[in-house]
Amino acid sequence: MYNFDVERPKTVADAVNALATDEAQPMSGGQTLIPTLKARLAMPSVLVSLSGIDEMKGVRKGDDGRLCIGGGTTHATVAAEAAADFPGLAGLAARIGDPAVRNRGTIGGSVANNDPSACYPAAVLATGATVVTNNREIAADDYFQGMFATALEEGEIVTEVKFPIPQASHYEKHIQPASRFPLVAVFVAKFADGVRVAVTGASENGVFRWTEAEAALGGAFNSDTVKGLTVDAADMISDLHGSGAYRAHLVGVMTRRAVDAING
Amino acid sequence: MPKDSGIGASSKRREDIRFLTGDGNYTDDINIHGQAYVHFLRSDVAHGTLNSVNTDAAAAMDGVVKIFTGTDFEAVGSIPCGWQVTDKHGEVMQEPRHPVLAHGKVRHVGEPIAAVVADTPEQARDAAEAIEVDISELPAVIDMKEAVRDGAPKVHDDLTGNLCYDWGFVEENKGAVDAAFEKAAHVTTLELVNNRLVANPMEPRVAVGDFARSTGDYTLYTTSQNPHVIRLLMGAFVLGIPEHKLRVVAPDVGGGFGTKIFHYQEEAFVTFAAKACNRPVKWTSSRSEAFMSDAHGRDHVTKIELALDADNNFTALRTDTYANMGAYLSTFAPSVPTWLHGTLMAGNYKTPLIYVNVKAVFTNTVPVDAYRGAGRPEATYQLERLVDKAAHELGVDPIKLRRQNFVTEFPYATPVAVEYDTGDYIATMDKLEEMADVAGFAARRQESEAKGRLRGFGVNCYIEACGIAPSNLVGQLGARAGLYESATVRVNATGGLVVMTGSHSHGQGHETSFAQVVAEMIGIDESMVEIVHGDTDRVPMGMGTYGSRSLAVGGSAMVRATEKIIAKARKIASHLLEASETDVELKDGAFTVAGTDKSVAWGDVTLAAYVPHNYPLEEIEPGLEETAFYDPANFTYPSGAYACEVELDPETGQVTVERFFAADDFGNIVNPMIVTGQVHGGLAQGIGQALMENCTYDADGQLLSASYMDYAMPRASDLPFYDVDHSCQTPCTHNPLGVKGCGEAGAIGSPPAVVNAVLDAMRSGGKDVSHIDMPVSPHRVWEAMNS
Ligand SMILES: Cc1cc2nc3c(=O)[nH]c(=O)nc-3n(C[C@H](O)[C@H](O)[C@H](O)COP(=O)(O)OP(=O)(O)OC[C@H]3O[C@@H](n4cnc5c(N)ncnc54)[C@H](O)[C@@H]3O)c2cc1C
Repeated sequence: MYNFDVERPKTVADAVNALATDEAQPMSGGQTLIPTLKARLAMPSVLVSLSGIDEMKGVRKGDDGRLCIGGGTTHATVAAEAAADFPGLAGLAARIGDPAVRNRGTIGGSVANNDPSACYPAAVLATGATVVTNNREIAADDYFQGMFATALEEGEIVTEVKFPIPQASHYEKHIQPASRFPLVAVFVAKFADGVRVAVTGASENGVFRWTEAEAALGGAFNSDTVKGLTVDAADMISDLHGSGAYRAHLVGVMTRRAVDAING
Repeated sequence: MPKDSGIGASSKRREDIRFLTGDGNYTDDINIHGQAYVHFLRSDVAHGTLNSVNTDAAAAMDGVVKIFTGTDFEAVGSIPCGWQVTDKHGEVMQEPRHPVLAHGKVRHVGEPIAAVVADTPEQARDAAEAIEVDISELPAVIDMKEAVRDGAPKVHDDLTGNLCYDWGFVEENKGAVDAAFEKAAHVTTLELVNNRLVANPMEPRVAVGDFARSTGDYTLYTTSQNPHVIRLLMGAFVLGIPEHKLRVVAPDVGGGFGTKIFHYQEEAFVTFAAKACNRPVKWTSSRSEAFMSDAHGRDHVTKIELALDADNNFTALRTDTYANMGAYLSTFAPSVPTWLHGTLMAGNYKTPLIYVNVKAVFTNTVPVDAYRGAGRPEATYQLERLVDKAAHELGVDPIKLRRQNFVTEFPYATPVAVEYDTGDYIATMDKLEEMADVAGFAARRQESEAKGRLRGFGVNCYIEACGIAPSNLVGQLGARAGLYESATVRVNATGGLVVMTGSHSHGQGHETSFAQVVAEMIGIDESMVEIVHGDTDRVPMGMGTYGSRSLAVGGSAMVRATEKIIAKARKIASHLLEASETDVELKDGAFTVAGTDKSVAWGDVTLAAYVPHNYPLEEIEPGLEETAFYDPANFTYPSGAYACEVELDPETGQVTVERFFAADDFGNIVNPMIVTGQVHGGLAQGIGQALMENCTYDADGQLLSASYMDYAMPRASDLPFYDVDHSCQTPCTHNPLGVKGCGEAGAIGSPPAVVNAVLDAMRSGGKDVSHIDMPVSPHRVWEAMNS
């Protein structure tokens, strides 16, 4: 690590101010950022800790029926408190990393970081959730812009994510054996007016919607309808844990399993 | 009735209290007043000419004490290799110079180029980043077969090529072996890779060097499995410090698995720098450094062939192995693919003719050396995969084929130079079949299939050699060390004992099990025996712990020393009892005169030894302290039979180990609980190798699996509840405890069973694949299923 100062604002407004300094960077759970700092791959002059901001924490049901989760809410809290209203999301949160990671890591940090293998982006995109920041609301379809790339501006903070609650949903994940992040994972969300399918871990372009599968499942919601569908292996990540062809294959398998899980 | 103390009791590990309460004293816990910290600047290219290292800007930075580069070590010795192999032409191996800091060239990613000593670790690291290194990159040699091709880039310019040695064993038998293949009714051939592993002990390596200017005494605190070996290698060969001026302390060590046997540059550096800087110097490896500087394990590429006659008897075996040495020869590297591997190629079978060829190859990778099992897992894996393949080709039951070819009479002289003293391979196989409920497998397979999973069953046998010995023999084979062990037993006036053993415990539980042995011999409570190890100033010259040698060799030394103690104590007791020595017996901590009620307690005898008022001073000296050095007559040969049942998800290729059975013969058992724990740990590493672990380089020599993000370690959730048995016991015939060694068996015996089970599962799914390389990752299984 290089030396840095730490700010501990209590409100989003104070955090935004603190982030206006040169080379300032927000920190939530630190589960991604601290290893990066330890490896000296980042050099912020000021770390603005968001973990003391109460208004960014908690899981609540909005007036419009959406499940609103504060950006500073930990995975463990989501796993516990979203279970009743949105079990698909709670199940996702419950299987991120290990207990230490789940007790520190936050939904805001995960969505802001947009690791191509992160879990939350699949749920955000598959539900068409809204990412709320200190100054605007961004639709999921506009928010994710490729590996580690998002619509966030410099100094912008993810304060909340608002999830439309699907009738039924399931997150199916096949882990990379070392990191245990998804090698390929698929979130299938079934709404009254259609089905959305988001895939994480697989693509060179980060989380993506598998629109062919969405269309097919919108017609008949069973795993057989997606059996013949494939994604292009050339667009998939190929590394020591799996070829593009393997990942493309797993996209199909995980999607079908998610659908089967929903259908029981 | 299980015993509750002494030999055979599952005494709780006394050392765990301090380990589990954070009260251990590890090397990183040692901080010396005024110490400075070193940060090593390591090469990020695999192969290159080191044109210049400019430290000017770095030297001016805050807190920097001194910066060292390769030129500072030109007058210092090479990091030595402890074993010299002679090749099949009678020539000695090629042995390159191994500098403390790279000089002239860099030869693997992670090789230290410069070392910054500073007041704080952060300052050392900051300054290291300011060092300007100019390297002209050279093409790297990574693949072993490429490395030995004509015209391949040379890792060491002053050697004739990248071949370290070409070893034939037994060279004289080659003709007969080839002739047997000509006559064979069936030949089974298998080509396979034994994957490269990173040992990953929980505690990374640490070294603290200290120098006392007033006395000229050096002290090195280090994470070592064998402090005396480090003292000798570093003192005599690298830094030229006589042993009486150098103390090496290896305090609590958090796991070694072999990789902490070896003498490393960092140890020599901190010792050297402590004098040069006139300050204690400390180095604590980061996990990232560990991946690229701890010696790796395995990394063999093998072709193996088995000849059988028309009745399925094994008639001959030949192997052709490339063994990766990495860029330099680590301490025992040359011995691993030769004397620890070739000599085990007979396995549990009476194959009469065997020829083993091993080409050891230099590549631009981290040095490779012993890792839990060292050579024996490589031997077991290829042999047990091959036998399984033969059974499948011949359409015979793999267990039956094994049983038919078992060695059944002992002692048994193998055609690969070693003699198995004892064993009973039928008994362990019988036990295994009973434990594994082979009959119930068909039903379990059906259950799995109902869930859309394939189920496979695999077995293997293993034989291994522990307690490498005797010294005069290993000397002939090229060892530059003796392989005895030492123990001093010091009895205090009030009867308590301190045993100073040359073995080293880094998690094995010696402090408990060694005390059990001595307590049993005297008949006193285990709590009266304290075990001291890991300090060259407190312990007689010992060889340390590796190769499952501690109880068999170190324990035997301790028994011999204790026997001397008892003999002397008996003399004292007979004097006190006014009885003839031959009538005095030691039982339950008291000496009694046979046939009388006269007795004297252990504590009275020991008190007399140190307060010799009523004492046979004309016959014996006061005091009660004895030392023994034990040099074993032979290796010990633990053996066993293992079975694995896997489930395979044909859609994802994911394999899960559902059941695992181990029937081992370790001879006599001192502490069954500790033995079970050792087997469990070995199995975790063996199953880890089979399914998950893989150290991978790209073609340019970049380490791809350089952290836990990419190097897959097994976790508890990846492993089943093991069913482990060690009731089959054929005691070792040549050591006083009849013990064989259990520390590596699990890692040696498990990989083939796992792979055999996976292939069985694939066959049941209609995919007859003759081999799949480890780690059997989901991706590889899926590819094999779809090839
Ligand atoms: C061992 C381990 C296993 C893991 N396994 C998984 C897994 O299986 N699946 C998975 O999805 N993740 C996994 N993670 C990642 C984990 O979920 C992280 O918690 C998450 O990715 C980042 O959240 P954080 O709160 O820790 O963010 P931090 O590490 O604090 O920050 C991450 C980045 O986001 C920025 N940031 C943080 N909060 C905000 C905010 N509110 N607004 C704007 N920018 C912000 C930071 O500046 C930084 O750039 C794992 C992590 C570890 C260490």
